[in-house]
Amino acid sequence: MIRAVEPSAGPNSSAASASAQPVAQRLIRVRVLRQDAPGQESYWERHAVPYELNMNVISILQRIAANAKSQDGRPVAPVAWDCNCLEEVCGSCTMLVNGRTRMACTALVDKLMEDNPEEIELRPMSKFPVVRDLVVDRRRLFRSLERVEAWMPIDGSYDQGAGPRISPESQEDAYPLSTCISCGCCLEACPQFTKIELVRHEDETVADFEKRRRSAFDRGFIGAHAISQAMLFNSHPTGQLIADQRLQAITAQGGIQMCGNAQNCVAVCPKSIPLTRSIARAGRAATVWAIKKLFDR
Amino acid sequence: MSEPRVLVIGGGLAGLAATMRLAELGIGVDLVSLVPVKRSHSVCAQGGINSVNAMTRQQGDSEWKHFDDTVYGGDFLQHQPPVKEMTEWAPKIVDLLDRLGVPFNRTPEGHRDQRRFGGTLYKRTAFAGATTGQQLLYALDEQVRRWEVEGKVKKWEFWDFLEPVLDGSGRCRGAVCQDMVTMAFRTFAADATIIATGGCGLVYGRSTMSMVCTGSAASRAYQAGARYGNGEFIQVHPTAIPGADKLRLMSESARGEGGRVWVPRTPHDARDPRDIAEVDRYYFLEDRYPKYGNLVPRDIATREIFDICTTDGLSVEKDRLCVYLDLTHIPRETLDRKLGGILEIYEKFQGVDPRAVPMKIFPAVHYSMGGLWVDYQKNAAGGLEEGSPRNQQTNIPGLYAIGECDYQYHGANRLGANSLLSCIFSGLFCASGVVASAHGSRKLAAEESTNLFAAAMRRQESRHESLLARRVGTENPYQLHLELGNLMTRVATVVRRNEQLTAAYAEVCTLEDRWKRCALSDSGNWTNQNVVFTKALGDMFPIAKLILKGALEREECRGAHYKPALAMPGIAATDLAGQYHEAQEWCDRFEQNTKRWLKSTIASHGADGDPQIVFEDVDTSLLPPRPRLYGLIGGELIEEVWKERQKKAALNGSGSSAGTPQTAAVAGPSA
Repeated sequence: MIRAVEPSAGPNSSAASASAQPVAQRLIRVRVLRQDAPGQESYWERHAVPYELNMNVISILQRIAANAKSQDGRPVAPVAWDCNCLEEVCGSCTMLVNGRTRMACTALVDKLMEDNPEEIELRPMSKFPVVRDLVVDRRRLFRSLERVEAWMPIDGSYDQGAGPRISPESQEDAYPLSTCISCGCCLEACPQFTKIELVRHEDETVADFEKRRRSAFDRGFIGAHAISQAMLFNSHPTGQLIADQRLQAITAQGGIQMCGNAQNCVAVCPKSIPLTRSIARAGRAATVWAIKKLFDR
Repeated sequence: MSEPRVLVIGGGLAGLAATMRLAELGIGVDLVSLVPVKRSHSVCAQGGINSVNAMTRQQGDSEWKHFDDTVYGGDFLQHQPPVKEMTEWAPKIVDLLDRLGVPFNRTPEGHRDQRRFGGTLYKRTAFAGATTGQQLLYALDEQVRRWEVEGKVKKWEFWDFLEPVLDGSGRCRGAVCQDMVTMAFRTFAADATIIATGGCGLVYGRSTMSMVCTGSAASRAYQAGARYGNGEFIQVHPTAIPGADKLRLMSESARGEGGRVWVPRTPHDARDPRDIAEVDRYYFLEDRYPKYGNLVPRDIATREIFDICTTDGLSVEKDRLCVYLDLTHIPRETLDRKLGGILEIYEKFQGVDPRAVPMKIFPAVHYSMGGLWVDYQKNAAGGLEEGSPRNQQTNIPGLYAIGECDYQYHGANRLGANSLLSCIFSGLFCASGVVASAHGSRKLAAEESTNLFAAAMRRQESRHESLLARRVGTENPYQLHLELGNLMTRVATVVRRNEQLTAAYAEVCTLEDRWKRCALSDSGNWTNQNVVFTKALGDMFPIAKLILKGALEREECRGAHYKPALAMPGIAATDLAGQYHEAQEWCDRFEQNTKRWLKSTIASHGADGDPQIVFEDVDTSLLPPRPRLYGLIGGELIEEVWKERQKKAALNGSGSSAGTPQTAAVAGPSA
């Protein structure tokens, strides 16, 4: 990377560098693992983006979209990526930045440069099928939420008065779990969660293909996020009413028994959700439930 | 297929609330969204949701007071019956969210905790940490997922709404949408279509809004003939963190805890702010408003910060407008205790510790009060008639609008913690009327002639193909968006001046012409984000134009719309008689202004692409308009004089002198 000589140091030096004569344009070098469509070969492409103050990986991708040229000036199709809120609360922009699964919006360029001044490397998540470039298909993640029935089993949306009283301690316990943004970082980092990518057969209807894919999803590991959601709902007085169904789901094929206790999930969670605590609780609840089931026969 | 279906465009709070209630009423729903609905912009709301509650009720609060605060805060520009109905539903809505498992903060006894927000005296706001919007959205997302499993709802995520399909009689029979992954087109036959696509922040380039908030869906409905109301009313939040990609909110509590706003007296002083001596700093809010200091009302803070950078040229940075918000004089422990959460956000995105270095902040476009014009049916109690197909219906029969993309609830200015309420209320409330509408058409949309849908689809396919064919062109859509955003931010946010608005209108027309010469960098037909963005950009121009034209024609100051030439200053006289005289004059002028301008701006898309503007009387039948005097010098006296005059008028039997006649018709401004 070429670093411009800045006339004054300090956090506000950008104003000075902006008003000074442009020395050498400071460039950020970016290497993106691209793939044009599912089933196609992936390839590396290099880009160079002029440095700006307070950049994050999203703004780099925005600059690439606005000026879609590779580093050697060759016009290329702009890099496709997912994003929405840019505040780390929508869960869209998960990707591998310098090899680490994280949200692109909070990946600050200055910090990345401190770690590796040469280059920023962007790759799509590896545990989900690539749609294009950095866009992946995370439908499986939402399917897991269906598997554990992650919802309140209310009678209906008509007025029935307030919900149950809840102690501040229970609220403080539940709140972190309810901040899960379904980004998929915990799944990307999990050794037990492996990619499921199916291709539609020529003679297969869309409906049949979806059915086959769903059944493949349902055999695969359910993942830390869904186990944690099951625990969130099972800790609520109303949610508890179908607690057994959720325990059934997390102990079925692809359930909690697949967890190898690598604890990667909790290490990469951008919202610092105590995922391993949820898994431990789920494990205990599942054991108690299994024993109870045995005696209830 | 012999059952009616409803198409919902947009899966934020409003769209999900409507979908949930429709499914419960037994109607099948197709839910179309640009993003997986759990990733909608509603997740960004932090503060909370307002409703009267058991505690505030015992302190004298009521639904009526919530209604009054909302209307007064909105400077009386909203029709009152829908607001009355919304505030009456509010306690039920918060109870429902509670039952849905939203982790609202709790009191030691286990009840929902409440905090106080701007524009009220009561602790009406229920909240879930600093992520209330996220928690509310998730609760509704979960219920809709449950209905999806039941087979009542089919989601179409990563789909773009392109055009409503209208039959020969002008009734909406569905829509043309496009899969943003495969780029395939599909028509949706629908017996009612609901647009719930949020605000239009991206018309201003960067804002606090998410990347999907382009306003394109509302624009496409508008271009198909739907009217758009009060477009010029755009809320600007005084303090946001400028980022290279977007602007993120910095809570007002930073100033509440003693934060000081300043700029260097030398333009673009390159020194580290910590090295700039006190004499070289200009604490402009403290200087200009000695009484309120840094805690001036939100609109004033916004205007002053904007003006010091643009008019006075004292922005901290040269290429980017910003001022310092300084907390460094406050002990670190105090900051961590009181402002921990919000300072972490600054640190996370700026990589700078605001406890050690002054923050750089600037106002940012935050909310669209205006939106698609929608109807309502009033009941005998002055609220709304539930189950009427007119509620939330645009002027296109069968086409509805709810949430931030309608113009109905916030008038000229939105109060904090009222947006989540209006989204959920409009979604839940409209459902029964939508069902009545869907059942009421002479034949099902699915049985309509296929030609109707095929023609609309062909139109969209050809628009798409002609865009893809533009490999050689001189214009870059992203560059045009940057120019549009800069222009709109400069002239149509905080301070509006007619000469600037006129010039900007011409510039937007030029940008729109240049858009026709855009070259696409991607001509493929697989996940082509380039063409999706270029289409959305093309649809921003009609919205930009109606904002500019509305702002130009509205010759007054009201809520978020401020023209310095037309401001009504407070009292200047020092003697009592002079002050009283000025207060009387102020009230005279207020009455004249109310008669002339208490009207909604209604834009229709003209054949030439220009907005045609008419003004619609506002239903003020429940609460007569009164002056908004917060922070005005001599405000107490003006209020006194105003009340005296109202009493006199009542005695004379002439009613409120400021009330406007009630007519349903759209009328031109009385000259």
